[in-house]
Amino acid sequence: MSVILEARNIVRDYHVPGSFLKKAKTVHAVKGVSFQVEKGKTLAIVGESGCGKSTLGRILTLIDPATSGDLLLEGNKVDIAKGDLTPEMRRKVQIVFQNPYGSLNPRQKIGDILTEPLVINTNTPADERRDRAMALLKKVGLEEKHYNRYPHMFSGGQRQRIAIARALMLNPKLLVLDEPVSALDLSVQAQVLNLLADLQDEFQLTYVFISHDLSVVRYIADEVMVMYFGEAVEYGSRDEVFADPKHSYTKTLFAATPRADVESIRARLAKKKAA
Amino acid sequence: MALLEIENLVVEFQTASGPFRAVNGVSMKVHEREVLAIVGESGSGKSVSMLAAMGLLPWTANVTADKLTFNGRDLLAMPANERRKIIGKDIAMIFQEPVASLNPCFTVGFQIEEVLRVHMGLDKSARRKRAIELFQSVGIADPAERLGSYPHQMSGGQCQRVMIAIAIACNPKLLIADEPTTALDVTIQKQILDLLMKLQADHGMGLIMITHNMGVVAETADRVVVQYKGRKMEEADVLTLFENPKSNYTRALLAALPDNATGDRLPTISELFVDDQVEGAAR
Repeated sequence: MSVILEARNIVRDYHVPGSFLKKAKTVHAVKGVSFQVEKGKTLAIVGESGCGKSTLGRILTLIDPATSGDLLLEGNKVDIAKGDLTPEMRRKVQIVFQNPYGSLNPRQKIGDILTEPLVINTNTPADERRDRAMALLKKVGLEEKHYNRYPHMFSGGQRQRIAIARALMLNPKLLVLDEPVSALDLSVQAQVLNLLADLQDEFQLTYVFISHDLSVVRYIADEVMVMYFGEAVEYGSRDEVFADPKHSYTKTLFAATPRADVESIRARLAKKKAA
Repeated sequence: MALLEIENLVVEFQTASGPFRAVNGVSMKVHEREVLAIVGESGSGKSVSMLAAMGLLPWTANVTADKLTFNGRDLLAMPANERRKIIGKDIAMIFQEPVASLNPCFTVGFQIEEVLRVHMGLDKSARRKRAIELFQSVGIADPAERLGSYPHQMSGGQCQRVMIAIAIACNPKLLIADEPTTALDVTIQKQILDLLMKLQADHGMGLIMITHNMGVVAETADRVVVQYKGRKMEEADVLTLFENPKSNYTRALLAALPDNATGDRLPTISELFVDDQVEGAAR
């Protein structure tokens, strides 16, 4: 199995400038995180808000540079701070953002949203761009007639499908999914997760799946990394992490996840009656 | 006697393309000391039916019901100024997005004291004392200091706590929580749910939890109402609902939970559940 993505000791600091009454300070958002993802696999990054998981996602997508540490894409080192980001590199990683209501430009038609990555990164002719957008619209479960519509005409689940289609326009190897289903209803969530699983099989995609919902992670992930205050406190295969959580934070996380099985409802009702 | 009784509630909105029926004949009852969960996807009319009970819908909404009573008093026949004395005091609501439902221009202290001034008529020092007490009871550290904070200076979980403090400020008999934890992390969600359940038990309130998260239902509810496209699909106590759901829609909803996934694919609701109205139209 070939390793698509490798991170070695990634660190990201944010400098908050001081002012007349405030001292400047440095926020350590990510403190030395290392991992590997193999082709066709899914790594889930779990953690609460503010633990640095989205920052890490942005570094992996080559949007933000890391303060230190190495990022290797298919064995090649990338450092966007040095400016050696080629369009070929850019095409390898794409991202789907959390909130489909905010990540699509309301003044662009779906067709323009989908073809824009090709306009920027390649010199594909217009009719090929259009064909590719049409093909992907169908692939994600929408129709050709949606090409000329605006984002506000779609529901949350449909918009997330559009965002996924846009991410796939450049034929990426790696897809970073930043909480792709947390803004969606249960029924729509199942559809989008199924779509992601189908696309992974078809295009041999590698996913980095950022989430705080453990039931979704358990369903989709091959490997799980738990982050807490910028550090990776737990990293292992899904079954290892779920069967035998080592770090106390992981245990807290499991304990906090609501359980929807009949036994735990029974236990709760019995406890309530006793109280 | 039931605290809140709703019978055959219909809510219609006037739109450019004719009236749209958001709630279609929903009935339910909430008793004292009871936790009722209303479950459904977005657009199922779960929030709208509660907003109708609160009287908070805009004028474009047309609310009719055979019966809509709180504590035996008819809410629909009551003059508006009478009704305003009940809502916010005896029936309080926690809104969906805590950060968006607090006013960014005022300190949270001002916003909680406003409730105490309008409904309880307390003087300035008593208001402040009560506000500190309330912040303590919802677990905000440094309550006296925090009264002077603006909503943007607090985290999502903190803002939700402020919302809860405002809602329980007048010791309501009925608390309606509209997706109280949807925007929050699991660890914070657990804290907020524990807090709500503790307050509910301590004050003996009736509590209505509006949610689309089956896990939250399983952790909190006594009784559950399942809504779909403005209609009530099922009503049952929580154990029966999870163990032996009657309606096909509930079964589909439970099957779509990632926890219950057996194979490689999650069953989706549209695969398992065919809307009988759509079916009828096709025939």
